[in-house]
Amino acid sequence: MLCEECGKRPATVHVQKIVNGRRSEKHICQECAAAGGEMSIFLQPFSVNSLLSAMLGSGAPELRAVSPGRAARCPGCGLGYDDFARTGKLGCGRCYEKFSKPLEGLLRRIHGSDRHVGKFPGKAGRGAAARRELEELKAELARAIQAEEYEKAASIRDRIREIEKAVNR
Amino acid sequence: MLEDILRRSSPEWTKGSGPDSDVVISSRIRLARNLELFPFPHMMDEAAADEVLGHAGRVTAGLNESGGWGSFEMFRLNDMSALERQVLVEKHLISPQHSQDPRGKAVILGRDETVSIMVNEEDHLRIQCLFSGLQLQQAFVFAGGVDDVVESVLDYAFSAQHGYLTACPTNAGTGLRSSVMVHLPGLVGTNQAGKVLSAIGKLGVAVRGLYGEGTEAAGSMFQVSNQITLGQSEAEIVNNLIGISGQIINQERKARALLMSQAREQVEDRVWRAYGILRTARILSSDEALKLWSDVRMGAEMNLIRGLSRQVVNELLMITRPAFLQYVEGREMSPFERDCKRAALVRERLTS
Repeated sequence: MLCEECGKRPATVHVQKIVNGRRSEKHICQECAAAGGEMSIFLQPFSVNSLLSAMLGSGAPELRAVSPGRAARCPGCGLGYDDFARTGKLGCGRCYEKFSKPLEGLLRRIHGSDRHVGKFPGKAGRGAAARRELEELKAELARAIQAEEYEKAASIRDRIREIEKAVNR
Repeated sequence: MLEDILRRSSPEWTKGSGPDSDVVISSRIRLARNLELFPFPHMMDEAAADEVLGHAGRVTAGLNESGGWGSFEMFRLNDMSALERQVLVEKHLISPQHSQDPRGKAVILGRDETVSIMVNEEDHLRIQCLFSGLQLQQAFVFAGGVDDVVESVLDYAFSAQHGYLTACPTNAGTGLRSSVMVHLPGLVGTNQAGKVLSAIGKLGVAVRGLYGEGTEAAGSMFQVSNQITLGQSEAEIVNNLIGISGQIINQERKARALLMSQAREQVEDRVWRAYGILRTARILSSDEALKLWSDVRMGAEMNLIRGLSRQVVNELLMITRPAFLQYVEGREMSPFERDCKRAALVRERLTS
């Protein structure tokens, strides 16, 4: 059988459509099917965002468990949790706080981590960078004391004081 | 300035002056950044988009005042024709996605095409730096400098926990995508490309054919980029990709040497045939041009064809692209007209 549309190539695609209960049938070739968009039923639009959405949806029970509920909305931009779960896209910076629980699970799945360790912007970040370093130093101090490395502990303590002074200035 | 850029067939990355340019065509760093207090572009109304464009105007002025980064100008995509936007896509200055719906969008361009900043793409700002050869470190330092200037002008959406906040969680944290464009005719010709590239794919980097995503890599060109942006520092991400690039470069050089020792006649035949066709053809499709280009570039890099400069070869990549052809000609052309024009331009470059 030849393609019903171009009449040149063999009809290898058979399309049955049922629209509002009315049934139609077409026998066409692959080229015409692709050109007419008939193949699009087999090729769902595929994007990163649909993958993310799948992770937030049925694919990852632990992410669903911490979902804030479909009706939850970001106070910053009004994005609903269901929009985020559907598109995998955040609406504004504040969405990161509002949806932090499922988002952090998602970030760990994507990046293997949910914690930024890179650049901090100078202005806004100076405080934040210092706070993070303080946290780390305090943990290190505790370890040093436990291991009875008192000299090391003393130098860490000095560093902590320096930073605290810088932050409070 | 826009017209100069659109007409230029020799942007910085075609120079081929960077290290390892026999294999690496170009290195790119991209930083995704958003402004505080504004919803991300896909959630913005027209007024908010306009306001962000206003801030982008201040960014442009800031970059020009701070000096050392070149001279910049901002262009609204709405003020450009579809063809002009497409030339910017072909020049890798904006993404295809950015060119599709021009409303509320702009691009800030540096005069020498090294730096471009897309405004209101998926994120408010996408800072890009493109250098020739393997210069990821240099591109990273440059992009970081531009980033510092931008940040002195406006406030970024940032949190200590999640870093730079982006519309898509795949970019959060550093917002850094580093990539190299590599030409691997040796690995493709010895049927090793698949093996090498899939091994690399296990190291947190993505590999894709440069033209025609998901299909056979036309012209043996591939783009390799990091996937992880959070939980690693910028230096780690960039150094990791530099290391991987080094491995690819080594393998490619070995493959080229192997081809020369095992199949010299076949390689020479292929290279010279390709060179012959490019110098004489009257009709040249972009697919055919790209395939032949790849053979000729390999021949020039392996010193089979002498006296053919790397820059001339790299520029062919630019002048054979459909939108660029039409822009230079000053009108829209049918595919057949383009194929004729393409052949004429290539002939002129290679025989003069």
